[in-house]
Amino acid sequence: MTIPVFEPWNDPEAKPLIQFQNVTKRFGDFTAIDDLTIGIYEKEFFALLGPSGCGKTTMMRMLAGFETPTEGKIFLSGQDMAPVPPNKRATNMMFQSYALFPHLSIWENIAFGLKREGMAKPQISDRVNEMLRLTRLEKFASRKPHQISGGQRQRVALARSLAKKPKLLLLDEPLGALDKKLRQDTQFELMDIQEQTGTTFVIVTHDQEEAMTVASRVAVMDNGRIIQVATPDRIYETPNSVYVADFIGEVNIIDGTATPNGENSYSVAWKDGQAPLNVVSPNSLSDGQSCHLAIRPEKVTINAEKPTGVDNVVAGKILDIAYLGNLSTYHVELPSGAVIKAQSANTRRISRRAFTWEDTVWLSWTATAGVLLAE
Amino acid sequence: MKRISWFNTVSLTLGFAFLYVPMLILVIYSFNQSKLVTVWAGFSTKWYGELMQNEAFLSAAWVTIKVAVISSSIATVLGTMAAYVLVRGGRFMGRTLFSGMIYAPLVMPEVITGLSLLLLFIGIGLDRGVMTIVLAHTTFSMCYVSVVVSSRLVTFDRSLEEAALDLGCSPSEAFRLVTLPIIAPAVISGWLLAFTLSLDDLVIASFTSGPAATTLPIKIYSAVRLGVSPEINALSTLMIAIVTIGVITASLVNKRQMVRQQREENEAGRN
Repeated sequence: MTIPVFEPWNDPEAKPLIQFQNVTKRFGDFTAIDDLTIGIYEKEFFALLGPSGCGKTTMMRMLAGFETPTEGKIFLSGQDMAPVPPNKRATNMMFQSYALFPHLSIWENIAFGLKREGMAKPQISDRVNEMLRLTRLEKFASRKPHQISGGQRQRVALARSLAKKPKLLLLDEPLGALDKKLRQDTQFELMDIQEQTGTTFVIVTHDQEEAMTVASRVAVMDNGRIIQVATPDRIYETPNSVYVADFIGEVNIIDGTATPNGENSYSVAWKDGQAPLNVVSPNSLSDGQSCHLAIRPEKVTINAEKPTGVDNVVAGKILDIAYLGNLSTYHVELPSGAVIKAQSANTRRISRRAFTWEDTVWLSWTATAGVLLAE
Repeated sequence: MKRISWFNTVSLTLGFAFLYVPMLILVIYSFNQSKLVTVWAGFSTKWYGELMQNEAFLSAAWVTIKVAVISSSIATVLGTMAAYVLVRGGRFMGRTLFSGMIYAPLVMPEVITGLSLLLLFIGIGLDRGVMTIVLAHTTFSMCYVSVVVSSRLVTFDRSLEEAALDLGCSPSEAFRLVTLPIIAPAVISGWLLAFTLSLDDLVIASFTSGPAATTLPIKIYSAVRLGVSPEINALSTLMIAIVTIGVITASLVNKRQMVRQQREENEAGRN
């Protein structure tokens, strides 16, 4: 039995729910969004990821209708959104500060949007109760927002924004105010709710782990541009630039010069005195082009003895060990002065470890472990 | 509880004596039986009774209350609108100038405000009466309302209004259903402040009142010039009571709001 894969972005027939078409947004001289074109599909959980000031919040506020593009168009189900004010859009937003109305009870907060719609009282009541059940808030219906905890408030905000059954739900750093443990639990809750309701979610976050956990696709942004859009695994395994590789997780970047020596295969000359590295990479590079090899620490194996039959091997001295409990990250200094990070799972007790500070060790990795990047 | 040192006790006593002894004497003598203001002849409430018979005072009191209620209500509406635009209107040409100008009447000498209003009313041929006093009082108390309301609006979380819009409110519904209920305590205390200011005012009212409409402060002032009667003491005591109640209510409303705001902010900060 095969599980159908959800990837409408690979289907040329699929029409995106949201279409950004050459959208630019300027605030005075500052360009927040720079000529951005992208499609987001129905039922996607789409994450906008980037450092603060990269334009991700502006993009979301344009979808909600609080900002209008300076140039370009935004379509929602094929309709140009420019003339539609926020209160007439089929989108709802969950605010970073939750923005719960302090003078209304939880029940009234959730019912607020439904009442504005002119829905009949019994239906409002049914829908609010359904949302309270979904977010497990039945007991708190009559409380005021200041009488419940932060995690509960966050769920009220979610329930309120989902109550109107929006085509698109926008989440602005929704979990930023929660502590780590609660945040992780809530991430899974969010995914469950997204699956149950079938709503398209767009989430803004600066937390790469959060984006990777919840999203079907992640857009990494910088300076008003989208650098790469892909599924979390592709963003991690095959970043398209040093920026993306560096932004997502830990990475070793080795600068060198590429020489093709086979199909998709390169020999990379790097620091003087070291043997060239063997790399297999789908990104095509010309002869003598300078390049960066991005390789994740967990894909570098650390050994006390020189391993044989490996594609790449270098010797170095352990400079630092970051002990994380389940994992340890070794900072290994090569004779040329470069430092390479290698990560290994602590499958044995720490006292049984074969090497420690100042020991000479061998680092090895396969030809396919890294990605060769031109920029 | 920490004990207060003798030095602090003395300065506190002196300070408060300075502030309240004159009023206390006035209140005490309002219960004096004698017709002579400075001679104590035993406790009596007869002057309060006589006051109730005095048609001139009663009609002046009625005018004063009417003026205070109407002018403070108009001032509250206008002041709230001005505060909203100045805090929320975004950047527009001369915004700083406008926000400075809304506060200027606070420091303007009352004589000047009164005189300029008088000239205006004469200029446009408006007969002086209740209406002109209402207009004049609205003018100067509006700034106080605006100050109180805008200080609340500055700390108001903008995303609450955006959330209301997002959930389907038109901008005016968002104001009515979300902003106004939340800033209501500031609006109420602004109203009470405007009310007490109007009740107190002598200078501006004396410029803008006509023979048909005299306010209580004017009546008292002119009566005192013919000699202080115990009736005036009784009347003043009543006014002190009303103003005190107004001020205390305003500050209580404001304090409750502050406490609640603080609590909400603390909670927001903790999360």
